[in-house]
Amino acid sequence: MPNVLKLREAVCLLGRFPALAGLDLDLDAGGITLLSGPNGAGKTTLLRLLAGLVPLHSGTGSVLGFDLNTDRVSHRRRLALVGHDTFCYDDLTVRENLIFSAKASGRKAAIGESTMERLGLSHVAGVLHSRLSAGQRRRLALAAAFGRDPELLLLDEPHAGLDAEGREILDEILRETDATGRTVIIASHELERTRALSNREFSIRGGRAYLIEQA
Amino acid sequence: MNAFSEIKLIAGKDLRIEMRSRILLSQVLPFGAIVVLLFAFALDPDRGILARVAPGLFWITVLLAALLAIGRAFSIEQQHGARDGLRLAGLDGSSVFIGKAIAIAVQLAILEAVLGLTVVVLYGVEVHGVVVLLATASAATIGLAAAGTLYGVLAAGLRARETLLPLLLLPVLAPVMLGATRAFEDGLEGVPGNAWPWVALLTVFALLYTGVGMLAFGPLWEDT
Repeated sequence: MPNVLKLREAVCLLGRFPALAGLDLDLDAGGITLLSGPNGAGKTTLLRLLAGLVPLHSGTGSVLGFDLNTDRVSHRRRLALVGHDTFCYDDLTVRENLIFSAKASGRKAAIGESTMERLGLSHVAGVLHSRLSAGQRRRLALAAAFGRDPELLLLDEPHAGLDAEGREILDEILRETDATGRTVIIASHELERTRALSNREFSIRGGRAYLIEQA
Repeated sequence: MNAFSEIKLIAGKDLRIEMRSRILLSQVLPFGAIVVLLFAFALDPDRGILARVAPGLFWITVLLAALLAIGRAFSIEQQHGARDGLRLAGLDGSSVFIGKAIAIAVQLAILEAVLGLTVVVLYGVEVHGVVVLLATASAATIGLAAAGTLYGVLAAGLRARETLLPLLLLPVLAPVMLGATRAFEDGLEGVPGNAWPWVALLTVFALLYTGVGMLAFGPLWEDT
């Protein structure tokens, strides 16, 4: 199985604070990986590092075959990140945001439409992002991410803010994504729910990763 | 997706957001009109000063209003992490630069047209040399948009970006204000031949900042 990411002694700084402090992590392609750990442990920074949004201060790292020390841009089109923000525009509608996101990442606009339906957003397709509830915004962020049809899906607290139906839809999509052989990494505090979905779990503590379970 | 499609996508998105939010219509244009009106109050229209200094006042007003438009072009990327979303899309930095600069240039062109009419009516300016005026406005607009986009992204990542942008940008735009004012003066005085060297200066400025912007925007977009 090909290696999807490899980090060695990875250090990431937020200002002067080392959010990741010599983290080692190896992950083969496929499966759902859970990142658990307390607030401020470095989970979000790790996901942003993998997405190429923050630079490696020291150490080595590669994601989808790209060396993060020399190129943290080229792999971005092959992944999707759902973070704390929606990455959407207030003055665009749900449909416009999804179509923009799909087109910007080189996908067809129709993918935006289909993910909108899948996440139960069709009835608010013409509603501006600024008018959406927190749960609807979460669904929109997830729809935008799935609309990129990524090889590597990075999810930061994906269940936060979702209602029961939204959580069920998300879990179903994640199981389907897992079945297609794609790689999903979830940072979550909802351990019971995400452990049921995942194949392996790493605990992130003090900016380092510890493998605690492998199915 | 090729570069042309990326540029079209970014420019289209920014213009759609501006049309939807009506910031240009409801805030930037009224701001420009108020500045033009304040100059009229300050310089007493009866003494004929206004018509003589109209080109300078017009371009100062455009410059001040442009600061709002440029700031707005980057503030929309700060909300809800949209900038990270755009970075994750993996678009080419130079395409994002050109797309955003085109959207700003379109807004500035609308702004200049409305403010130009306001100045003509309010200051009693007689219009001559339309060709040279249009050439001047075109070159100056491209220069303003290109330099504005470059300094806009530089300021976007900073905490005090609202106050830093004018501080960084206004000195850089001094040649545009000088060249455009002198070219407008020559055009309106009926000696367009004298205006062309200024138009050439504005064109060089526009080309220079477009080139530098295409090279520098990507790294600045990533690292500021």
